[in-house]
Amino acid sequence: MLIAIIAITTLGAVLGTLLGLAGKFFAVEDENPLVAEVTDLMPGSQCGQCGYAGCAVGAKAIVDGEAPITLCPPGGRTLVESIATVLGVDPSSVGEVAEPQLASVDASLCVGCTKCLKACPTDAIVGATGQIHAVISSACTGCKKCLSTCAENCITMVDEPETLRSWHWPKPEAA
Amino acid sequence: MFHGLLKLPQVRGGVHPHGHKDRSAALHILKPDLPEKLYLPLRQHAGAEAVPVVKVGDKVLKGQLIAVAPSEISAPVHASSSGTVVEIGEIIAAHPSGLTTTAIVIETDGEDRWVELDILEDPYKEEPMTLADRVAGAGIVGMGGAIFPASVKLKQGAKHEIKTLLVNGSECEPYLTCDDRLMREKAEEIIEGARLIRHILRAYRVIIAIEDNKPEAIAAMQAASEAYGMVEVEVVPSRYPMGSAKQLIQHIVGREVPAGGRSTSVGVLVHNVGTVYAIYEALTFGKPLISRVVTVAGACVTRPRNVEALNGTPVEHLLQACGLDSEPAKLVLGGPMMGIPLPSKTVPTIKGATGLLALAKKEIPREQASPCIRCGSCVDACPMGLLPLDMAARSKVDDLDGAAEFGLSDCILCGSCAYVCPSHIPLVQFFNFAKGELDAKKSAAWKLEHTSKLSTAKQERIETEKAEKAAAKAAKRAARKRPAKKPDAAKPDATKEVKPVSAASEEEVV
Repeated sequence: MLIAIIAITTLGAVLGTLLGLAGKFFAVEDENPLVAEVTDLMPGSQCGQCGYAGCAVGAKAIVDGEAPITLCPPGGRTLVESIATVLGVDPSSVGEVAEPQLASVDASLCVGCTKCLKACPTDAIVGATGQIHAVISSACTGCKKCLSTCAENCITMVDEPETLRSWHWPKPEAA
Repeated sequence: MFHGLLKLPQVRGGVHPHGHKDRSAALHILKPDLPEKLYLPLRQHAGAEAVPVVKVGDKVLKGQLIAVAPSEISAPVHASSSGTVVEIGEIIAAHPSGLTTTAIVIETDGEDRWVELDILEDPYKEEPMTLADRVAGAGIVGMGGAIFPASVKLKQGAKHEIKTLLVNGSECEPYLTCDDRLMREKAEEIIEGARLIRHILRAYRVIIAIEDNKPEAIAAMQAASEAYGMVEVEVVPSRYPMGSAKQLIQHIVGREVPAGGRSTSVGVLVHNVGTVYAIYEALTFGKPLISRVVTVAGACVTRPRNVEALNGTPVEHLLQACGLDSEPAKLVLGGPMMGIPLPSKTVPTIKGATGLLALAKKEIPREQASPCIRCGSCVDACPMGLLPLDMAARSKVDDLDGAAEFGLSDCILCGSCAYVCPSHIPLVQFFNFAKGELDAKKSAAWKLEHTSKLSTAKQERIETEKAEKAAAKAAKRAARKRPAKKPDAAKPDATKEVKPVSAASEEEVV
């Protein structure tokens, strides 16, 4: 009798501890892990062009099905396709995605106030007080945050210019 | 002697296009008149654009450095004749897109006066790396058309065990005879150049591969190489694309370069004969790469021949020198198989320009395509052993990943498949498109990653700045309080107090 009680009690204690530990170590977070995955893909400039307060909120909206996967203008086609792979959606079904535009500073109007430098979330604008600013195209996501800060109204959004490096052969028209 | 027995794997595929080589190969290399203006693009090589070191109005001498290489994978540009820099601006590039590129424009003064050259006393006494740096300084790039900086190849090669230095004189593209003529006229110089490269790489042997349709070049090279035991001339069958490095290596050495690998991984380094000659000139006479032999040919050209064109000579000038019978239907830079269509006659010749073809309408393939009949001709023709019909079918419907699975990245864009296709399907054009699209996607993905890194970095920076400011404020406040209480003991105490608060100053101390 006593042996049975001790055996069952020990078994119960050991298994209970194991369960408790398992509950702690293999805990599933409340948040959908897909949200974190999609957030990692986003540009992270928190520009708000999608209508949500920042990239993480936008990512959650996509995962919850509240927003289309094409919601992020700075991400362009590439982002749409990578989100589509994560969510298992066919990327060809979303149709045309506009290519992101780039900011361009009109050098004849810029007074070098440095306001846009501070607003740029990716440090894509270079310059100093009293010096004409310029945009580094490889760092600009086209988030438009600089547009409203410019007192001289000298920043415009332009299509990415085609260069010898970016050009490639078009698809041949053939049977 | 037993070389043939050991060389088991035969090169697969390939095509036999009509050579059209006889007329231009028969004449000596012509030195055309000096053009009035030279247009020297800052990018005539694979890699970063060179940076100009001259201003408009500067007088320059022939061979003077006018643009420097900003990074390792790049090449400097030298003035190809003496004169005045009249403009640094945009010109139409030697590129199918018709886009512009930045170039230095030199108005020649007719004197063609050389800059003082720095000549090595005995290049064989120098360290291999010093010689490789000299090759880099001379702006030498792969002159078979790949335009990859030759010095980078030499430096990478020096890190590996190179058993064979392969000098590529196969020249398999139709019409082109520039390497053929160069080998006939400069055989000894090319052999000497190959020996210098062998010295840099510490290669065991040198093989000069020449297609059997160039008997005169083979004879000349054999005569010149007789004195040296480790230099051999090997005759290879005429078959396009024998001149492609991977195919040539497989034929000569019997080993296949693995997918995604380099020729150094099978112990071979390949250089074109034009590059070898340029390296000879650079290491023996200190001459930078300022001219090259260009084949001017095609049905519209009156006297097809090879010309020694200064870099930056407008192609119009070369066509004038050889005569133009009629307006060409298509102007091509390079060979007809892999060359690029030129948007204008004003574009300059560049370091990688092997040929200039003024083609008549009859020489251009029919463009109207019919549906694929799945005959498999393209599969037989593909020298890489791929399935062009399947890759094209997937590229056509934008299934780029599908095309990549069929080995798109191994495609060398030789055009053999499109050449044999009975339905005239522009197969190689599909692969050009698909490769370009994949590259564009890769760079867009890189940008997305790059910018998200930048934005996190900025957020972190702002936060640390905020924390530092707050810490500095707190420190100031603390410092102000103390001296009011105990003016004598304030100083040591204050520093003690400040240190732990400010994260930045703590880091500096540590």
